[in-house]
Amino acid sequence: MTLRGGRDGPPGDTEETLHADPKGVLTGIHFIDGDHAACEGALAAGCRFVAGYPITPSTEVVERFAARIPLVGGVFIQMEDEIASSIAILGGAWAGKKVMTVTSGPGLSLMMEHVGLAVITETPCVIVDVQRGGPSTGLPTLPAQADMMQAKWGSHGDYEIIALSPNSPQECFDLIVKAFNLAETYRVPVFFMMDEVVGHMTERVVIPAPEAIEIVERKWTQKKPGEYRVFQADDDMVPEMVKAGDGYRIHVTGLTHDDRGYPAMNPQAQDKLVTRLVNKIRANRDKLVDVREDGVEGADVVVVSFGITSRVAAAAVEAARHKGVKVGHLRLVITWPFPAKRIKELAGRAKAFVVPELNMGQMVLEVERAVAGKAAVISVPHAGGTVHEPETILTRIMEAAQ
Amino acid sequence: MSDTDLLELEIENPVAPYLRQERLPHIWCPGCGIGTTVNCFARALTESGMNLDKVAIVSGIGCTGRVAGYLNLDSFHTTHGRAIPFATGLKLGNPDLKVVVYSGDGDLSAIGGNHLVHAARRNMDLMVVCVNNFTYGMTGGQVAPTTPIGATQTTMPYGNFENPFSLPFLADACGAVYVARWTVYHVKQLAKAMLEGLRKKGFVFIEALAPCPTLYSRRNRLGDGVDQLKYYKERSKIVNGADTKDVGLTFQGDIIVGKFVDRDRPTWLDAMNEHYSQHFGEKYVPYGVSHGQE
Ligand SMILES: Cc1ncc(C[n+]2csc(CCOP(=O)(O)OP(=O)(O)O)c2C)c(N)n1
Ligand code: SF4
Ligand SMILES: [Mg+2]
Repeated sequence: MTLRGGRDGPPGDTEETLHADPKGVLTGIHFIDGDHAACEGALAAGCRFVAGYPITPSTEVVERFAARIPLVGGVFIQMEDEIASSIAILGGAWAGKKVMTVTSGPGLSLMMEHVGLAVITETPCVIVDVQRGGPSTGLPTLPAQADMMQAKWGSHGDYEIIALSPNSPQECFDLIVKAFNLAETYRVPVFFMMDEVVGHMTERVVIPAPEAIEIVERKWTQKKPGEYRVFQADDDMVPEMVKAGDGYRIHVTGLTHDDRGYPAMNPQAQDKLVTRLVNKIRANRDKLVDVREDGVEGADVVVVSFGITSRVAAAAVEAARHKGVKVGHLRLVITWPFPAKRIKELAGRAKAFVVPELNMGQMVLEVERAVAGKAAVISVPHAGGTVHEPETILTRIMEAAQ
Repeated sequence: MSDTDLLELEIENPVAPYLRQERLPHIWCPGCGIGTTVNCFARALTESGMNLDKVAIVSGIGCTGRVAGYLNLDSFHTTHGRAIPFATGLKLGNPDLKVVVYSGDGDLSAIGGNHLVHAARRNMDLMVVCVNNFTYGMTGGQVAPTTPIGATQTTMPYGNFENPFSLPFLADACGAVYVARWTVYHVKQLAKAMLEGLRKKGFVFIEALAPCPTLYSRRNRLGDGVDQLKYYKERSKIVNGADTKDVGLTFQGDIIVGKFVDRDRPTWLDAMNEHYSQHFGEKYVPYGVSHGQE
């Protein structure tokens, strides 16, 4: 358990590792798809309440959860729509549960108001988006990575969230555990940005023993009612939490509020709250960076990719190396916050960045911003429906190397 | 009334302990009926003898949506129309809680209508108090799904021509186990209905007719809050057990009030536990069995 706060010491003083509850962990070697692996990861992470609404290609996640949860101990409910699902989980979180909802494009659009509610009420939750082709109903059964900006910016107002992009069923398991841990650490909605291919591809998934799965417990307060203020933040900018029924008589509102949780309709309160909500992530950007690098140091060309596209890009990078190009590959595991600092460092040395993604050019905008004209940035867009041909990416790498 | 008179009133107020005193004065207009319903609710809480640490209140957005913020309970002020699904998550997350949803007619039956019908269908163990002032108070008096035909609203400037919902009929048809309607003239009965609602297991729907003098009454030249109370007094007929098909409302017409439905059927959680116990046998550990009925 990562115990922070408490009467004995300052935040971060008492650190003790908590491991997964064995009840939720299906230890062993499995041959399952990414949707099923994500469900197992959520159970291993301690998720005990899921509200969802069926939508291809995400449905298998909730189907498995519905089948597994009765004997693990928890609840699944299929709500009447995604609007309901996305707020039911927030209720579940304030009742003390670790919570998740699962959807794809159209459902994600419906959830947006409650992304904002989760942000302003600092409610830990995981939102799984198994991306499919859009806009609108688009390509229900085929992949895309076109919700990346929606995950970052989709709800109104200013805020920061965290997003992760797995590229295999194994990562669907491993990284969703991390997603739950980050949601608890920072008290933000964490987006788990899968795609149809990762969701539906079946591969070997190793589920470790519970003792090998590290879990972050909610940042429960040790203060007594009366001393406790529901939105008073520690030095790490993250308030301690209680749950309904504990005798604290908390008030939680989507209105701009003060430390007590009471509405405060003035620019000062707005500035204080929104600044903290944004900074609790921005100040931890360096800590949150999770990139996987392959031959990036000394490379002339750096391919930046994420999710399923990273596996296609890896093939293109190999092929380019055979042709003698000094090319590196940087894969974003945490896509939000974006690792701008690392890209900036590389921009001084590499002469070009190649950014393939299953959308018409979203994360490439972040790369351009970080590179700030110090190198060429080449977008390799794809409208979705399938993955890139490795040759398409290879061609752009070769052009970039010229 | 002078300020000192008001102060004395507050000190004597038996519902004071249920309010977040530091948040007063509240935002409601003089003559608004919402405060009266809160009074009734506080009385119901007293009478219930419940452990108030285990009672949570959830509101949506609107003038009525502000109720949660004034009550000294675990309270949640959510988004417009979505109090019921939030409350559903809260209840399922911790079945020991008694969860009350307190919101306006527009919030619960327009934008939140889908959630209302499904929570009633599921018999989710929630008590819903719907303050029906026939209008969207918070946004300035637009037409609501409850506005009677003929009443004028800012977005029905020549009078409403849309057929309104009869909320008790809707709740009954969807499967609520307890359905009542009272007005803020009927404070004793309303408080009693709330008490019964707090003690009832399953989906409870209580409609409280309340004046919005600032927008609904004034725009329709119906006088002030007191005039609306007179109307409630003169035109209400208590018909307990009335068929909810017969309780529709018309503009300034008769108002059938009473307890219309009081029946029992398994809640969502009871049904789940029962079903899984049968299906899995001994292996299944029933989930959160006390349901807040301590
Ligand atoms: C998604 C969304 N749409 C619209 C609004 C604006 N809005 C706030 S309250 C309200 C209507 C409230 O009416 P009712 O529920 O009857 O409550 P009352 O104010 O009458 O008590 C509306 C439309 C909003 N807050 N959110
Ligand atoms: S606008 Fe109407 S409903 Fe809102 S507080 Fe005033 S009187 Fe009450
Ligand atoms: Mg209203």
